[in-house]
Amino acid sequence: MSYIAKPKVAHPNLPRNTLGLTARDYEGAVSTLCAGCGHDSVTAAIVQAVFELNVEPHMLAKMSGIGCSSKTPAYFVSQAHGFNSVHGRMASVTTGASAANRTLTYIGVSGDGDSLSIGAGQFVHAIRRNLNMCYIIENNGVYGLTKGQFSASADIGSKPKKGLPNQQEPIDPVSTALSLGATYIARGFSGDKEQLVPLIQGALLHDGFALVDVISPCVTFNDHEGSTKSYAHTRKHYHHVIDTDYIPPAKEIKAAYEEGSAMPIELHDGSKIVLRKVDGNYDPTSRAKSFKFLRDHFNAGEIITGLLYINEERKEMHDLMGNIDTPLSEYPLEKLRPGKKELKKILSRYR
Amino acid sequence: MARDNDVVIKIATVNGTGSASANGLLMKSIFRMGIPVVGKNYFPSNIQGLPTWYEIRVTGDGYQSRSGQVDLMVAMNAQTYARDLAEVSPGGWLIYDSTWPRNKLLNRDDVTVLGIPLSRMCNEHFEGARARILMKNIAYVGAIAALLEIDLGTITALLEQTFGDKKHLIASNMEAIRLGYDYAQENFVCPLPKKVKAMDGTKGHIVIDGNTAAGLGCMYAGATVGAWYPITPSTSLMDAFRSFCSSYRVDPESGKRTYCIIQAEDELAAIGMVLGASWNGARSFTPTSGPGISLMSEFLGFAYYAELPAVVFNVQRTGPSTGMPTRRQQADILSCAYASHGDTKHVLLFPADPGECFETAQQAFDLAERLQTPVMVLSDLDIGMNDWMVPEFDFDDNRVPDRGKVLNAEELENMENFYRYLDVDGDGIPYRTLPGTHPKGSYFTRGSGHTKYGGYTEDSAEYQEVLDRLLIKWETARSLMPEPEIEYSRFNKAAILTVGSGNGACKEAIDRLAEQNVAMNYCRVKAFPFHESVRQFIEQHEVIYVVEQNRDAQLRTLLMLDCDADPVKLVPLLHYDGMPLHAAFVVERVLEEHSKGRAA
Repeated sequence: MSYIAKPKVAHPNLPRNTLGLTARDYEGAVSTLCAGCGHDSVTAAIVQAVFELNVEPHMLAKMSGIGCSSKTPAYFVSQAHGFNSVHGRMASVTTGASAANRTLTYIGVSGDGDSLSIGAGQFVHAIRRNLNMCYIIENNGVYGLTKGQFSASADIGSKPKKGLPNQQEPIDPVSTALSLGATYIARGFSGDKEQLVPLIQGALLHDGFALVDVISPCVTFNDHEGSTKSYAHTRKHYHHVIDTDYIPPAKEIKAAYEEGSAMPIELHDGSKIVLRKVDGNYDPTSRAKSFKFLRDHFNAGEIITGLLYINEERKEMHDLMGNIDTPLSEYPLEKLRPGKKELKKILSRYR
Repeated sequence: MARDNDVVIKIATVNGTGSASANGLLMKSIFRMGIPVVGKNYFPSNIQGLPTWYEIRVTGDGYQSRSGQVDLMVAMNAQTYARDLAEVSPGGWLIYDSTWPRNKLLNRDDVTVLGIPLSRMCNEHFEGARARILMKNIAYVGAIAALLEIDLGTITALLEQTFGDKKHLIASNMEAIRLGYDYAQENFVCPLPKKVKAMDGTKGHIVIDGNTAAGLGCMYAGATVGAWYPITPSTSLMDAFRSFCSSYRVDPESGKRTYCIIQAEDELAAIGMVLGASWNGARSFTPTSGPGISLMSEFLGFAYYAELPAVVFNVQRTGPSTGMPTRRQQADILSCAYASHGDTKHVLLFPADPGECFETAQQAFDLAERLQTPVMVLSDLDIGMNDWMVPEFDFDDNRVPDRGKVLNAEELENMENFYRYLDVDGDGIPYRTLPGTHPKGSYFTRGSGHTKYGGYTEDSAEYQEVLDRLLIKWETARSLMPEPEIEYSRFNKAAILTVGSGNGACKEAIDRLAEQNVAMNYCRVKAFPFHESVRQFIEQHEVIYVVEQNRDAQLRTLLMLDCDADPVKLVPLLHYDGMPLHAAFVVERVLEEHSKGRAA
């Protein structure tokens, strides 16, 4: 980590978004993670994503659990509200927060330990509810804060710094999410910001549960020879199937896409994401086909990245329940209490 | 000569045979005659096949607990016949289904046995297996009506109200009532010496269970988010909230819901959802029972330290572990008071009956938001799931809820700086903001060490400063707690102190003891931390009988810890077999202690 405080003054000519804010305004406290940590690159991608999306900082809620990844909400958008909860429980807190106020933008940052071990239950149930949030897993295959134990995403045969290789089946968050019916599923790599930023933007704008699994190497405990979550291994086995561009609502799609290879998908706010197939065999709108493709390539040791599945049809949690559009926390209290006269009526049943 | 309106009826049936509605009809009819009643349901952790009992105490004196006696047993379950017969008080009566012969060995000289061929009569008069079983229950109600002189007109009116325009159901039920009624009139001397007589003792009262009352209280408190995981005996609380909301929480313009109930994957998630919602400014709650509290403990400590409101209803059941899930106890007092690791303590409220559940539910939200901390309402299965006769609830339309210290956008705009954990007012309660209000209001909510400004810290002094300030808040909490119920005479040096559902039995015991010239003062605590007057009350007495329903004297322990009470003075009277406390137990134990030479 760096111990030098960030200067508060920004260059006057920095580009500004429609709110008049610069990217610097979306930064947070100085990271306390190890130098070179993949998570810091993800933080930088988040900053760029929300800056470009013109998110009002105080309308953003940053949610996390416990672990290295869960510390990162302190390192971006300091004017947003942060909720650093307990280990593996970010999903439930976000569910409740969304229940009370559906108008905020929820970004959750979790890790492979936080989401796939202690928090596996909450992770899968948030998906089932189609909770409207962007759920980022900073996936490095190890527990960093407790010094290098394997996590549930460690691949069979992956070597630790000390001791024997992992023998247990890994949990792949992407295929897990796909089998549970998540409506937006992406995988990126912390070393490829260009790809990651639009994946996060699409996830933030998607109405429903959006998973972004980011391979984010742990430089201290899992970046060595024989690890399957190292920078070197990821770069080598990284199979990019789909490129994603984010197009804001007002803009026309100008780039020339070859017919058949480009697929514009309209999001609920009128913006679009355009998917460009790099691998012609891939169909991100078919759950069955994506699942097979992913498992085949996973078994071949490849790391498939891009926007891997999207379903804009399924309703998110509130709409499935028929809840009011106004945040419940702002609904006038006097309308929530039926009053004395109605109480008499209710109680007549008990006389 | 037996008094009128002083009789206990106990009905032994098999779970899943539909006896609940018959028993409800019986109790409600007596209540409608203006006579106070107490209803207790003793049911197994089972859906069908195991023995279950319903006990109705007719009490013209208006006592609230069970009496510990049975005058009239309706033994419909062959499986439990022997123990049911054994339980009848000397001089009592037992009704059995004489369609089948009884074992001759099972008899008592001091009990009058009344055989009624209920199955045979119902088989002759009704078609279909289910109808015959159901009507057998209604038929014993008819027989009891004849034996105790319950007004048939009242029963008819109740059936008409229950079934509305389903005329055929009213007719068949009345036919079954008549079968039992006529058989009893023709074959027995009716009424029995112990009978009921219309009086004017129920005006302004309702019969309701505590979970329904608490669910209603949540709606009147303006709660909008409820998260829960099903667990006996708390489930009916959320069922009630859902049912009330479906009628009263639909936005008139959009037709959409103004509430959000989430069935969580477990209690870990349920409390997480509550905290997320209250962090965002919604009044949110979760109903649970002991095992749920164990699972919620980590988050409860988080909420204590990060200072988030939450309302948790713990409808206590019998522990440890799974224990007896359909029996009652007050054995979660300590686990709730100190739920979670580290220096953590929580505000507890103890309603004593459904009426207090309605009030306490509303109070709990006010206190949780005022104090920015979890507030746990400790009810129990007896209060939560049994029907109690209580004064009709009232609601003041001008009631202003206390939403606590929440800064709005304008206040934030005019502030130089906002610091989340700064004790501006000296009462230990800082100001909070809701996400989305104003950019200046943002802060980082965390369970890790933090400074009074809200920043992360591992600095000893900064950490300790916040921890000490939480103690100031604890004392503010004490000053806001509801006062105990106290009956005091300076002539009495001994007292009974109890909590929650112990109330009825203890008050009745004080009456019984007075008849034996043992005079007692009374204190029922309503909240933890204990109000200052609890400490004073203890100081004013030489001996305090602490009556509670757990093995380890948890309330007594808490009094020692929080009031510095002298342990020698606090004599534990413990009842923890899973059945509700009754007066005879308290009287007996007090007299026993008394005979040992303790002052009373």
